[in-house]
Amino acid sequence: MSTESAPAPQSGLAEDVKQQGPRVAVSALTTNLREYGLIIALIVIMLFFQYTTSGTLFKPVNLSNLVQQNSFIIVMALGMLLVIVSGYIDLSVGSVAGFIGALAAMMMVIWPLGIFSNPLVVSIVCLFVGALIGAAQGYWIAYHKIPSFIVTLAGMLIFRGICQALLGGGSSVGPLPDSFKALSSGFIPDVIGPLTLVPPTVNAAGKTIVGSGLTLHMTTVVLGLVAVLAYAYFGFRTRRKRERHGYEAEPFPLFVVKTLVGGALALFLVFQFASYRGLPVVLLVMGVLISLFVFVTKRMTIGRRIYAMGGNAKAAQLSGINTERLTLMVFINMGVLSALGGLIIAARLGQAVPAAGLGSELDVIAAVFIGGASAMGGVGQVIGAVVGGFIMGVMNNGMSIMGVNVDWQQVVKGLVLLGAVIFDVYNKNKA
Amino acid sequence: MASTILEMRDITKTFPGVKALSNVNLSVEEGEIHAVVGENGAGKSTLMKVLSGVYPSGTYEGQIIFRGQECNFKGIHDSEHIGIVIIHQELALVPMLSIAENIFLGNEHATYGVIDWDANETRTGALLKKVGLKEDPKTLITNIGVGKQQLVEIAKALSKEVKLLILDEPTASLSEKDSQALLDLLLEFKRQGMTSILISHKLNEVNRVADKVTVIRDGRTIETLPRKDISEDRIITSMVGRSLDDRYPPREPKIGDVIFEVKDWSVYHPIHADRQVIKNINLNVRRGEVVGIAGLMGAGRTEFAMSLFGRSYGRHITGEVSLRGKPIDLSSVSKAVASGIAYVTEDRKTYGLNLIDHIKHNVTLANLSGVSSRGVIDDMREMSVANDYRKKTNIRASSVYQLTGNLSGGNQQKVVLSKWLFADPEVLILDEPTRGIDVGAKYEIYTIIARLAAEGKAIIVISSEMPELLGISDRIYVMNEGRIVGEMAASDASQEKIMRAIVRGEGKTS
Repeated sequence: MSTESAPAPQSGLAEDVKQQGPRVAVSALTTNLREYGLIIALIVIMLFFQYTTSGTLFKPVNLSNLVQQNSFIIVMALGMLLVIVSGYIDLSVGSVAGFIGALAAMMMVIWPLGIFSNPLVVSIVCLFVGALIGAAQGYWIAYHKIPSFIVTLAGMLIFRGICQALLGGGSSVGPLPDSFKALSSGFIPDVIGPLTLVPPTVNAAGKTIVGSGLTLHMTTVVLGLVAVLAYAYFGFRTRRKRERHGYEAEPFPLFVVKTLVGGALALFLVFQFASYRGLPVVLLVMGVLISLFVFVTKRMTIGRRIYAMGGNAKAAQLSGINTERLTLMVFINMGVLSALGGLIIAARLGQAVPAAGLGSELDVIAAVFIGGASAMGGVGQVIGAVVGGFIMGVMNNGMSIMGVNVDWQQVVKGLVLLGAVIFDVYNKNKA
Repeated sequence: MASTILEMRDITKTFPGVKALSNVNLSVEEGEIHAVVGENGAGKSTLMKVLSGVYPSGTYEGQIIFRGQECNFKGIHDSEHIGIVIIHQELALVPMLSIAENIFLGNEHATYGVIDWDANETRTGALLKKVGLKEDPKTLITNIGVGKQQLVEIAKALSKEVKLLILDEPTASLSEKDSQALLDLLLEFKRQGMTSILISHKLNEVNRVADKVTVIRDGRTIETLPRKDISEDRIITSMVGRSLDDRYPPREPKIGDVIFEVKDWSVYHPIHADRQVIKNINLNVRRGEVVGIAGLMGAGRTEFAMSLFGRSYGRHITGEVSLRGKPIDLSSVSKAVASGIAYVTEDRKTYGLNLIDHIKHNVTLANLSGVSSRGVIDDMREMSVANDYRKKTNIRASSVYQLTGNLSGGNQQKVVLSKWLFADPEVLILDEPTRGIDVGAKYEIYTIIARLAAEGKAIIVISSEMPELLGISDRIYVMNEGRIVGEMAASDASQEKIMRAIVRGEGKTS
């Protein structure tokens, strides 16, 4: 998560810092308890599985798998966060993802489209189709006030049906071109070139032993360093600016500790990726999207309007916010991200299957709620949804390695979702 | 001398960081109407929540003695069981259930879970008679007005064999007529020997019915006044801790040319398309002028204002609006705001604020472009704007990061005002700007209105409180049944004159 840049989390502040140092430190901590608590929970869960899987979880190859398996959940969770913050729900995302995967496969493999079967062209067309689907559903929700639960439940049935029909019943369509599969299973090219720290051991027969030695993917290392430094720099700059205006409440040591711990964690992950095959392409895509959505929700007027709409739609409307158009846009965004999720799933499987994305809407929604969003709308953070998504992902991955039965995995995930929301409600009532 | 039915001794209730009540004492005698008054946030509602068990025993300090016995309520159920019933400001009725179903909700006449509807309805009929409500017990709550709903709440309380009835701001959303009826009902109950506690902001009502008044300020009991000492001025002095020589700030109107003009404004009902709600309204406002719109509930004042403001109400809207002589387009809220019109709603919780967000975000919501460039918000600029308006309108909060849902009514109203002041309108329409807020905050709101007028804004104030309109306006329009039935300068207006205009207007055929 080296890309977790952008503005530092907002702290609940009082203006006169100096007079009440320690109290403010405590209040800054408690207001961000949810955010810190979630990240700490993720770390604890990771350490737990690191232990129970005898060190497999953090192995470079497994980390790459983890990212590649869960990226589509997180990508869709970004859109879902906005939908839920707006006060709606979208049950159709899994089906839309499946349908788009099928559409992409048909365009690339079956239909004679000539140069239009090029993966890049197909991807762009698919994202556009996703936008149209989002618009079609959002239209009924925004302008005709049909409950989103119903519209998207219909969408869930419709697009799963179209997906299966496109693929001609139960068959799968593939194989997909390698250049397309790179979206999910590819790694960024090492333009700088590898750096061998420990040369691989050569056995008696003159062959290198696989997995021995330590070679670093230098492009990954450089990118990681740049991202971490940027994170620290922007964090510091924002802080300075707030200080100059007298609005900073977070004590300096807390800030330093936070930045150091965050940076160290990020560098550790970067190192793990670099010692395998480098940064997965999909992680880069995800990182860019996460940064973008953090920026949009925290700093842009449109983000603010979405929160206002979710908090009180009537008041937002009477403040001059076009809530109908905003709702439409939120669903168009969701459609595009569902389409991207569909492409990522298809690219990872190397083919389109009728069950692609089946049930993933529930994982996506769970990720957003674990991340602290309110079902009533108006509350929720991008980072929360992302961490929520990773918590689900790490649990899936860790339990699979441990050999926990899939049935019981579901039970555990359900309990974690319930526990996270109970924790939230309990905290809120206490406040 | 009657016996004491309720005694609350040294009640202290602390919330994290705030002492809401400190050593409050309240003593109520059997058979009296005891008014509890105080500014918003003074602790009246908290005290009543302690009394009714919303805050269970153990979460506060002090003693509650009811009919000679010390009470330790674990919840509302316990307090209702011994006959203390509270009717909250926000009514707790289920809209899609009938009157009878609501009255006996959770308390149905039933054998083994099977409801005896006849018994329920017969008893409901008797209860409705007691409160003077002529409605079929089968009528759905959603189909009767707020005034009648309030009566249903009281009937519900009676069904529980109430010994002490607590009414929290019972007339806040009632029309003058319904309020009078409710107060008469309270007096009637008193004759029958019931004890009630009345929490109210409306001092004229307190004056009318109360036997004693306890004033609470800043979480403390200030004093309890017996009947003979009750007077509005006396209570106000005690409530705010200072004497308010004048309830309205002095101002010297500097009135310029007409800048805002509405011509032939007509609006039809959003659902019943053939019902004309607003009928050919013509009005104008001059620079620096405060224009009041008087009228009874349901006269169409709010509907008129909302239809002006971005067509937020009604359909088939026709008419012309001009600002400084030029016609303006008010077809959407954002266009209305851009043209320089602002509307401060009468219902700040439902239409005015995002209660789960803090002051800062609420203040800038109507004018985000004022704190952003190319869609990116400048956090520092937003912060200084919020702090600036917090100072200007005197919002009492720990910081601009306090959630608006946790503010008192007066401070919430100031946040809504700040939001619209920051949008920098030329014409400001204020709909019941002081509803449900206390005397001190009212004065502050009036001061803000006077200041805006002095700055040359055109201001329209819609209010059901006639003294208020007379006190702050320069000119008053009277509305009734969707039309303007009178216009008068405030200097020669009076409550009687306004009422006469309304009554005369009613006589006209539509």
